[in-house]
Amino acid sequence: MGEEIKVIVFGLANEEYGIEVEKVRTIERMIPITRVPKTPAFIKGVINLRGVVLPVIDLRGRFNLAETEQTESSRIIIVAVNDLEVGFIVDTANDVIDIDTDTIDSPPEVVGGIKAKYLHGVAKIGDNRLLIMLNLAEVLNKNEIIQLEHLED
Amino acid sequence: MDMNAYLSMFIDESNDHLQALNENLLRLESDPEDLSIVQNIFRSAHTLKGMSATMGFEDLASLTHEMENVLDLVRNNKLKMDSFIFDTLFKGLDALESMVQDIIGGGTGKADVTAIVTSLKAIEKGEHQSQAKPAAASTASNGGASGGAALLDEFQTSVLLQSIESGHSVYHIVVTIREDCLLKAARAYMVFDFLERNGEVVKSIPNVQDIEQEKFEHSFTVFTISSVNEQELRKGIESVSEIQGCEIIALDETTLKEISGGSSSGAEAQSNAAAQPQTIAAQQELSTARAQTAATAAPAAPAAAPNSPAAAGGGASRTIRVDIERLDALMNLFSELLIDRVRLEQLASEVKSTELSETVEHMSRVSGDLQNIVLKLRMVPVESVFNRFPRMIRDLAKTLDKKVELIITGAETELDRTVIDEIGDPLVHLLRNSLDHGIESIADRIAAGKSETGIVHLRAFHSGNHVFIEVEEDGRGINREKVKEIAIKNGVVTLEEAKRLEDSEINMLIFAPGFSTADKISDISGRGVGLDVVRTKITSLGGNVTIDSEPGRGTKFSIQLPLTLSIISAMLVKLGEEKYAIPLSSIVETGIIRKEQIRNIHGNLMIEYRGNVISVISLSQVLQSPSYNEDNETETEIVVIRKGDKLGAVMVDEFIGQSEIVLKSLGKYLTNIPAVSGATILGDGQVALIIDPNALIK
Repeated sequence: MGEEIKVIVFGLANEEYGIEVEKVRTIERMIPITRVPKTPAFIKGVINLRGVVLPVIDLRGRFNLAETEQTESSRIIIVAVNDLEVGFIVDTANDVIDIDTDTIDSPPEVVGGIKAKYLHGVAKIGDNRLLIMLNLAEVLNKNEIIQLEHLED
Repeated sequence: MDMNAYLSMFIDESNDHLQALNENLLRLESDPEDLSIVQNIFRSAHTLKGMSATMGFEDLASLTHEMENVLDLVRNNKLKMDSFIFDTLFKGLDALESMVQDIIGGGTGKADVTAIVTSLKAIEKGEHQSQAKPAAASTASNGGASGGAALLDEFQTSVLLQSIESGHSVYHIVVTIREDCLLKAARAYMVFDFLERNGEVVKSIPNVQDIEQEKFEHSFTVFTISSVNEQELRKGIESVSEIQGCEIIALDETTLKEISGGSSSGAEAQSNAAAQPQTIAAQQELSTARAQTAATAAPAAPAAAPNSPAAAGGGASRTIRVDIERLDALMNLFSELLIDRVRLEQLASEVKSTELSETVEHMSRVSGDLQNIVLKLRMVPVESVFNRFPRMIRDLAKTLDKKVELIITGAETELDRTVIDEIGDPLVHLLRNSLDHGIESIADRIAAGKSETGIVHLRAFHSGNHVFIEVEEDGRGINREKVKEIAIKNGVVTLEEAKRLEDSEINMLIFAPGFSTADKISDISGRGVGLDVVRTKITSLGGNVTIDSEPGRGTKFSIQLPLTLSIISAMLVKLGEEKYAIPLSSIVETGIIRKEQIRNIHGNLMIEYRGNVISVISLSQVLQSPSYNEDNETETEIVVIRKGDKLGAVMVDEFIGQSEIVLKSLGKYLTNIPAVSGATILGDGQVALIIDPNALIK
């Protein structure tokens, strides 16, 4: 038996993803976002979270998935990694589960259209439920954003 | 005892004392005869020694101890300050500073100080080149005194002698305390208290500090000048409980000279020898005061010697130390209140209830006052930055072999802490630059008919919503021809451009990246990295630098800084759906222009504005606005902004109004967004971006 960890489960384009609970600060309903000019398209802008200004990223855009209209169930998950605080826009966020670290397998090359380097692994829950664990440090890697910006130029 | 709890206090106080030591040593250097400065230095050193010993920083304590020993000789006139002693003491201070820095960084404060300690010891023994001679050898009694075997040093003797001459009684008292006494120090204190009430205690053996720490057997000796007679003294002392008795001898000139001559024998002399180097500062101070006032025996006894040495640290200051993080938290909370206030004001104007409006109005006024106080709390005098400069200039001038006098004015001018933290390095650059490039060598100055000492002014003053800091020297001034030449060579400007430049523009060229006019690269400056860093830093603080220079007469750098970086007045504007804030400090005026007024000159949009032609900036283009384009309008609102001497007209959709806004950062994830300097939260809870006007004008 490995360690039990608590994971926040959220949905994005038909897949289920997980982030360790201690990296999540809060989960918010959609609130007005102020656009910030000259940033990559997936950076939607900044929000006012109880007096603190935080950037918000559309995770679909970050992973080059097709962006969709936001719905009633869309959420902003505020995560804190390496003293960066950022909000992620996700399709749904509705579950907290315990998983055993032993059940996390290293990810295949591409899962649900997302490159393996953004992933921490894939956890099997029950018989036919897969939970994709995100590698937040890589998702928030700024060097890559700079490269992206160069590509856009 | 958990030392960590005291560590931050120790660090704060050590820094204070080190600063005081630095300042006083500098003062002493310019006025080596003033023994009262030595007293101050000694006191700081002594406190520092005590603190570091308590905290277990042995190296710190032992180095301070050696410095203290030298200072003790100086203040007792047994050693004359010379440049070697000054340099050694300054070196010692540097070592102390780096040790304290090490402790701040989490280190143990250990350092190899043997070299400095050795030279300090050499000074102490009078072995350094200039050879310490016992000063004022004219006093006959001095012969044996320097050995430390005398009961009284020369100074104390002269005080006592003067007292006798002016008709006061001087007594030698040996007080014996009962052997079963539990609180010897307390009893001794009561005796001292009695003596102080009736006169002055000039000397005690062992010294006051040792007595306080109960470092004596069952008796101690004091020399006192008293206004009462022997009987009353005896009665007073013996009325203190647990005192076994006292032996009082009235002294006259002959007996006094005998004692100070060192002929006194036995245990007393020995204990004195041990105690001598540590004689407490407070007591010395009393003696000094006494000597100055020609020994009047007025029974007023201020700052009683038996009190702790810390009490002698000058006038009680009415301040407390507060953790900066708490101030920041207070500021954040206040910002939220401010946002709610703006929201409430909006609501009140919508609801149109007189009572509500009045209440909100009152609240606005109160919160306005509160805002002033909160902002003032964060204000720190620039002194905290300036105070390290005299020392820096001294060392630099020595290295460069120039004579320089630094004159600081307006050190009490206050600036927001965030600005203070950032302004130090740019000022160091400017001052170094002034000394290295500005002030000429002594020979050159004499040849130019100037006094050989160059003068550097460092001034700070308020003006409107800004603080100005100026660095001005009376050196050679900027050689504009040379500046042009180098700028062309380094590709900063073309030959054609250079011809059209005005003097002030040529001056500004020295701020260009990679620029340096120094013929050779020196340690101090001249690597061409300084000045452009200075400008970048100051611009990032929302400030501005300008240069005035006259060849042969000197150069003045003038830095303009905002008072605070946390709450600013801004103009809120609309671009379609979006709202933005433009800092009021860079706005000249607002207006409306018609489309046909805009002219296209070589691809640049310009308008005529009050007799000048200024460029027009499309904010919607800069910010890639999705919901506004001024091309669709026949009339457009403009905000005229200023950057230095340049003006620009920024086209916006609509003005919302002026408001106090709280500056928020965009966080670490979003950095270097062009033309955006930060964000603020509006009354409706939405985030508005703050435009950086400096980025709009090229």
